[in-house]
Amino acid sequence: MSDQPNSFRNQPDDRGHFGDYGGRYVAETLMPLILDLEEHYIAAKADPSFQAQFDDLLEHYVGRPSPLYFAERLTEELGGAQIWFKRDELNHTGAHKINNCIGQILLAMRMGKTRVIAETGAGQHGVATATVCARFGLPCTIFMGATDVERQAPNVFRMKLLGAEVVPVTAGAATLKDAMNEALRHWVANVHDTFYIIGTVAGPHPYPELVRDFQSVIGKEARAQMLDRVGRLPDLLVAAIGGGSNALGLFHPFLDDTEVKMLGVEAAGYGLDGDQHAASLLGGFPGILHGNKTYLLQDEDGQITEGHSISAGLDYPGIGPEHAWLKDTGRVEYTAVTDDEALDAFQLLCRCEGIIPALEPSHAIAAVAKCAKELPDDSIILANLCGRGDKDIFTVAEKLGVEM
Amino acid sequence: MSRLSEAFAGGPALVCFITAGDGDTAANLDALVEGGADVIELGMPFTDPMADGPAIQEANLRSLGKGTTTRDVLMIANEFRARHRHIPLVLMGYANTMIRRGPDWFVDECKGCGVDGVICVDIPPEEDAELGPALRAAGIAPIRLATPTTDAARLPAVLDGSSGFLYYVSVAGITGKQQAAIESIEANVSRIKQSTELPVAVGFGVRTPEQAADIAKLADGVVVGSALVELVGKHGVKAPEALRGLTSALANAVHSAR
Repeated sequence: MSDQPNSFRNQPDDRGHFGDYGGRYVAETLMPLILDLEEHYIAAKADPSFQAQFDDLLEHYVGRPSPLYFAERLTEELGGAQIWFKRDELNHTGAHKINNCIGQILLAMRMGKTRVIAETGAGQHGVATATVCARFGLPCTIFMGATDVERQAPNVFRMKLLGAEVVPVTAGAATLKDAMNEALRHWVANVHDTFYIIGTVAGPHPYPELVRDFQSVIGKEARAQMLDRVGRLPDLLVAAIGGGSNALGLFHPFLDDTEVKMLGVEAAGYGLDGDQHAASLLGGFPGILHGNKTYLLQDEDGQITEGHSISAGLDYPGIGPEHAWLKDTGRVEYTAVTDDEALDAFQLLCRCEGIIPALEPSHAIAAVAKCAKELPDDSIILANLCGRGDKDIFTVAEKLGVEM
Repeated sequence: MSRLSEAFAGGPALVCFITAGDGDTAANLDALVEGGADVIELGMPFTDPMADGPAIQEANLRSLGKGTTTRDVLMIANEFRARHRHIPLVLMGYANTMIRRGPDWFVDECKGCGVDGVICVDIPPEEDAELGPALRAAGIAPIRLATPTTDAARLPAVLDGSSGFLYYVSVAGITGKQQAAIESIEANVSRIKQSTELPVAVGFGVRTPEQAADIAKLADGVVVGSALVELVGKHGVKAPEALRGLTSALANAVHSAR
């Protein structure tokens, strides 16, 4: 947290509000528990041994720092700004999700909790949670929409290999938001011994803050690596946004560097003009869901609507409350990229750089491709390559009409 | 004396919950009143009812599947009030449907429809500013929930600014599932009653007249929801008869408990 008076890094306030957003909109049963979590998190932050253990696991178990990589051929291909990637897809488990899971499992053990639950959509957060639970020997239950269980069979198998119990959720539309509802229901009934590892910068306070803090390792490393390699900060940061944790992890350490512009990329699905998209900020309205106030995909009565994206990891009808605040303050700009544009960017990165990206960062890459051409060749764009694409090859093959 | 305080003044009260827009709601509500319900709790359907078990989740989906809107819910309340002048009516639901058009819009509509109280599951005292001030200004009771996890240090915050009655959620869990041990309910209700003059109604997991009678011996009210909602799901348009039967058995049990 910064002491600067006009800092963008001093949110949330002590009630967990980021301006009008965030907060603690939960049933009374959970209130004492999240107050307790907040207390333990404040103590953990102040404890050097907690930070030391977190850093040690990130280095030796996750494989951090992740490289900062100059994408030379992509830069040539697009013509314009230099394109750099923060290579968080090289982390253990293949995405940025593990950073947060390491932090939260340490917190869970510190609080004396003996079992872990989590929600997952595409399965990446479920795999990361199952991984840290295996590492520390805690039993783990993952709630996953039944529709997603079918679509993401390889990740379901991974979670089971890692010893997790995967519970298919058939309520509602049987996707990520329903999995989160079910995880919250389970948590309410098991508050005494259970820790809920939320996968993104959403949920009731203090989750948006603590997930952001754990993911900020991405931006802290990138900032130091940039200064070390190029001697200056990048001109533009770009990251994909579902709930928004990889983006905030990259952006947050740069928020007070006024010369650094930032662009968050939502999933436009089939296009923002219809309702088949997952762009909560650009196509939604403020409301209350899953413990926080934020932009939501919803109808005029406040009923939550189902988003769509080719990327299961972006297919969530909400967004972290800090993004809602950053949008309203104008500090971060937000745009959206369609399924087709993301698919093009996916293939472009495969061909130009020999990197198969996940469909989530493919959205960021599509936005980078648009921006790069409009910027001079001495400017620098840094994008977060937050996940690798192994999990997505079946989806991509189907879209490209290839039988496997 | 308000309709709510009158309902609790004459001994233990039976509070009956059903979801608005599920089945023939007007006929179902009339059946609850005929069966002897003292307070009606009308659920506002929501796509993501995080505190509810399968029975009420399904009721929400049935209602929304038929296209129930917030205006429909308010219309049901308004017509209920026209038919039943003296039975208190409480809306229960989730924050997003209540604040979508702004708290003032919602509270004005509630006032116009003769709603006596509002229970918002996901607005704890910490976020009271979202809806509480508007409700109090309109004279509508903000009814809060206390749970087994609400300890002595926290109870005053829950009671502060609430009125009508206090809803004691007897189990840490979701609606319609477990039932709490009567000893635990007794200990918690007596603890809460030392801190407030408000009537204390106990709910979550209460299904049978026997359970209701046990609770009515030590609390001011008994809330039954899932068991009624299941009857609506099972009997469809024929639900009123089944609802009248169960409500009547529950009401007899509650009213003769002491």
